[in-house]
Amino acid sequence: MAKKRIVTATINGREEEFLCQPRQTLLEILRNTLNLTGAKEGCSNGNCGACSVIIDGRAVNSCMILGVETKGADIETIEGLAPGNGLDPLQQSFLENAALQCGICTPGYIMSAKAFLDENPNPTEEEIRFGMAGNLCRCTGYDKIVRAIQQAAGIRAEQSASCEKETV
Amino acid sequence: MATIDEVKAAEGSDEAPQYKVIGTRPIRHDGADKVTGRALYGADIKIKGMIFGAILRSPHAHANIKSIDTSKAEAFPGVRAVVTSADLPEPGDKIAELGEGAVVLNHLSSNNLARTKVLYKGHAVAAVAADNLHTAQEAASLIEVEYEVLPPVMDVLKAMEDSAPVLNPDVRTEEASTGEKGDKPTNVAKHIVFEKGDIEKGFADAKYVIEREFRTSTVHQGYIEPHVATVLWNNDGQITVWTPTQGTFSVRSQMAELLHVPLARVKVVPAEIGGGFGGKISVYLAPAAAVLSRKAGVPVQIVMDRADVLQATGPTPGSFIRIKMGVDADGRLTAAEAWMAYEAGGYPGSPIGAGAMCVFSCYDIPNGRVEGYDVCVNKPRTNAYRAPGATNAAFATETVVDELCEKLGMEPVEFRLLNASKEGTRRIDGVTYPRIGLVETLEAIKNSEHYKTPLTGPNQGRGIGSGFWFNAGLKSAVTATVNSDGSVGLLEGSTDIGGSRTAIAMQFAEALGLAAEDIKPAVVDTDSVGYTDVTGGSRVTYATGWAAYEAAQDLKRQIVTRAAELWDVDPAQVSYEDGSVIGPAKSMTFKEIAVELSTEGEPLVARGVSNHNEPGGAFGTHLVDVEVDPDTGKVDILRYTAAQDCGTAIHPAYVEGQIQGGAVQGIGWGLNEEYWYDETGSMRNANFLDYRIPTCYDLPMIDAIIVEVPNPGHPYGVRGVGEVPIVPPPAALEAAIHNAVGVRMYELPMSPPRVLHELLKKES
Amino acid sequence: MRDFEYEAPTSLADAVGLLAKSKGAARPLAGGTDLIDHVRTGRLVADLIVDLKKIPELMVLELNQEGLRLGAAVPCYRIYEHPGILEHYSAISDSSNIIGGMQVQNRASVGGNLANAGAAADSTPALIALDASVIITGPAGTREVAVDQFCTGPGQNVLEPGEIIVELRFPPRPAQSGSHYRRFIPRNEMDIAVVGVGASVVLDANGENFVSARIGLGAVAAKPFYAQEASELLAGQPVNDETISKAAAAARAVVHPITDMRGTQEFRTHVTGVLTERVIKKAVERARG
Repeated sequence: MAKKRIVTATINGREEEFLCQPRQTLLEILRNTLNLTGAKEGCSNGNCGACSVIIDGRAVNSCMILGVETKGADIETIEGLAPGNGLDPLQQSFLENAALQCGICTPGYIMSAKAFLDENPNPTEEEIRFGMAGNLCRCTGYDKIVRAIQQAAGIRAEQSASCEKETV
Repeated sequence: MATIDEVKAAEGSDEAPQYKVIGTRPIRHDGADKVTGRALYGADIKIKGMIFGAILRSPHAHANIKSIDTSKAEAFPGVRAVVTSADLPEPGDKIAELGEGAVVLNHLSSNNLARTKVLYKGHAVAAVAADNLHTAQEAASLIEVEYEVLPPVMDVLKAMEDSAPVLNPDVRTEEASTGEKGDKPTNVAKHIVFEKGDIEKGFADAKYVIEREFRTSTVHQGYIEPHVATVLWNNDGQITVWTPTQGTFSVRSQMAELLHVPLARVKVVPAEIGGGFGGKISVYLAPAAAVLSRKAGVPVQIVMDRADVLQATGPTPGSFIRIKMGVDADGRLTAAEAWMAYEAGGYPGSPIGAGAMCVFSCYDIPNGRVEGYDVCVNKPRTNAYRAPGATNAAFATETVVDELCEKLGMEPVEFRLLNASKEGTRRIDGVTYPRIGLVETLEAIKNSEHYKTPLTGPNQGRGIGSGFWFNAGLKSAVTATVNSDGSVGLLEGSTDIGGSRTAIAMQFAEALGLAAEDIKPAVVDTDSVGYTDVTGGSRVTYATGWAAYEAAQDLKRQIVTRAAELWDVDPAQVSYEDGSVIGPAKSMTFKEIAVELSTEGEPLVARGVSNHNEPGGAFGTHLVDVEVDPDTGKVDILRYTAAQDCGTAIHPAYVEGQIQGGAVQGIGWGLNEEYWYDETGSMRNANFLDYRIPTCYDLPMIDAIIVEVPNPGHPYGVRGVGEVPIVPPPAALEAAIHNAVGVRMYELPMSPPRVLHELLKKES
Repeated sequence: MRDFEYEAPTSLADAVGLLAKSKGAARPLAGGTDLIDHVRTGRLVADLIVDLKKIPELMVLELNQEGLRLGAAVPCYRIYEHPGILEHYSAISDSSNIIGGMQVQNRASVGGNLANAGAAADSTPALIALDASVIITGPAGTREVAVDQFCTGPGQNVLEPGEIIVELRFPPRPAQSGSHYRRFIPRNEMDIAVVGVGASVVLDANGENFVSARIGLGAVAAKPFYAQEASELLAGQPVNDETISKAAAAARAVVHPITDMRGTQEFRTHVTGVLTERVIKKAVERARG
């Protein structure tokens, strides 16, 4: 049996240390070792996006990354998204637009959408649909999800505009 | 008990009722948990001391099991228990009512752990529990099974032939009308016939008759959450099951029957459920997890992976359907005939019955005959999938209707308006419709901006299709407990797949004049609420909503009585109106009286139940514009509008969501989804890469038009909305493809290779 | 998942040493988007996984007068976000932008895509069109293989035990050149190519005649391949529909597709011609600027 490794990574802004067998995926480590069960296992092979988390600013499928690969990485999960007791604009928009039914794809969707909007803050509908195609939803038909992401982009733009004003 | 008609009569009004909560769009009560990752779905449940299970599955589609040797797995370090079918009680020949119709226990038990035969690739044969999943999987692979491989039977028509290998030696053909059974083993488990009028005369009266044959592929519900069950067989013999399911009480019954334990010894705790669409009713993992837990003495969790989900749960059947329809010169249907064979999968039980009832459900036809067959083939035992049986049937019927319209030179929407089922129409299976809203959905489409906007380019086409699905009533129970601050806890047994706890709470709030936010709904376990049937049959908002309405009436009565005591007046002088209890001298809001009563006398607890099974149901009509690439056969959806009669929309955003989501599942079914089998009966696309459910990049926005023809049989006029929207899309797409490029598609999915094949055929 | 060891060497020599001396099956890991799934499902056995992402040579991305150097483990997003690659080596930018979804593109590498030697690999026809060569290092030293010679069959390639792909080298692009990769898939994203076509064209100064062309085809034979006849017949010919459809017909004539869950023989053969035409036209459009 391969020896367990000690891996240190930043998870949701805090440095965490965990023990990890080489064969354990990041998803397994998050869910079973760190009890961060927000990332879901939908397909185990990178086709559904339910396990999406952000590593070093980019959305990835945590089911296709070994835990040992994340040494020194900066990992963001759905559990770290909401500021304090409030909600992130994406979380708020998903609720207001009824962009979830069963909700199992929602954490992955929101994390991918965050990474996507960080790269492309003012996307067209076409760009949202292309960018988010790696996240499957079987309940909503995507209509309300796309609208929620559009709304969140608007809120984020307003927030950053008012931030800029304050710093000026 | 009150229906919307009785409520209106009591109020002396024929006007549409004015609601305060119904029709608004509050944020769902479980919303914050679901956008923050806190909600606990099946695989998020962690029970102290829990270990992990893995299932060994058959590599063959059809084989006899000669022997199973588990010794190497048992000896593998870290393994805590190994089980096979020998660890489940012998089911005998019992047939049990398990909340989803009668089930032959031997079949259900053998589907969980195969006994003498494996009937599809992926069929569970043995299970292992170990300290971790990796160890359990490795150990499972060490179990040695000796198979005698048999020829697989993959085609529904071939399975019906006398010479076909028989899957289940105990299956005899049952005549649905008489219950009589045949005398020899067969793959044909059931034969259904419905007749109305004089079919010969009907076709003789027709000016045009069109007869076509259709095939549809096996498709899967495709919920994103794989099946999972966590079971503790406790030291006192109590069995607790934590699982995401559409029916906690159904799981309880299945477990009690399969394990031969009293019902009282089983408790089922619902996890949040990551989609079901009909596929999360039957048990697949919990019985094995239970016997593993009994052996290991600790809780056992088993999770499927995606390949298991596709290969070994309950997809919906592939089918062969022949439709013949006749019209007179005016375009009136004179007769219709259907011959339908649905694949049951390894064990009997396809939704052929529902398919046979739905096949001509949208049309008022004087003469008709429907014949249906339930046929076993070496594929996973099929199960419900959103309007089970209806989509296959509607694809066939609506396509023939579109061809009739072409023959007649009649606008398809006009043809449907002329022939649409309406109040008083007698369906071929004998049911007469009460007030229904099909005509209204056709008019909504006809009046839509979409319908009035012409197509803009070459290779574009427009198609229309209608569909029907029932509205099950069945049993529901809720309990309401009033808190000292005037909020109300609402306990219910309907597991919530798409926001139903809020839709139920809204009906309760409406009845009491409260806000949706004042209600705290919770989906609770089988020990904590009254019996409630499955989340299925488009019944939850309708039936559990009705139970909530009844609980509100109970609470009102109690409040009136208690207020009368408090004020020392005759209860007849006290009434409850618009959120307040009103006496001769005083009135108090709900909140005020709740606070008052929390310190005076007994706690306020109310109950509501429902059990209604009136005919009714809902209809939808969809309109789609496509563009077909004539060189590749690829179909792009340009615009999509779906109109549906939902009775009364309790939470319109959720109704739209059901319509949009159902339409998109129907689009996937129509264009790309299929089980692709090789000649050995092995599914070659058991993953989300090659089993192609639509991505967001495949679709435009889906315009949902909510038509409200209140259901006269419900206090708020609710109709079930969940299932209808999957029914029309394949047919509407077929009509649109034909309109775009002039080919007819008689087989689902209408994938690029099939469309291109027809285009090339047409060219040459 | 079956148990395996993991190493993440920081030098090429260490990586080659680890792979060469491993007693069991050693598998190099770049993005892992194929490997981890294959190991999980048992399609591939691994006793040792050697993570290559910490080796500087495999992460190089350099574009200059001598051409393009693309480290084997560079993730797709770095390729399609590179403006110079988009302009001069568009075909590989096109491929990188459609391999899986965003999450896969943030991990998956072109080197890994090539090494898997899948018949339907999206980057390989583009590499063939752009005339890339594969720099391979192993226990016996470093060698260079033309990319259309790299794959030898489904899942098979020329790598010897202990060898890895270090980088892909692309010759400089002449003026008036353009390239494109496109695939046919049943959905609009998240699919494996049913047919994949990469093409690169060089036009004369006024953009009216083909100087040369290279066409790579994927998913229509046991391995991606260079459509030699179709490519060569374009040289010296005028840019018009007739020439292009001749090339398409020549491409269609050399395919040997199978029928599977992604498409039929009939479909793949026909669509090879359709896509070849469309891809050449797009490459011409880009060459004309």
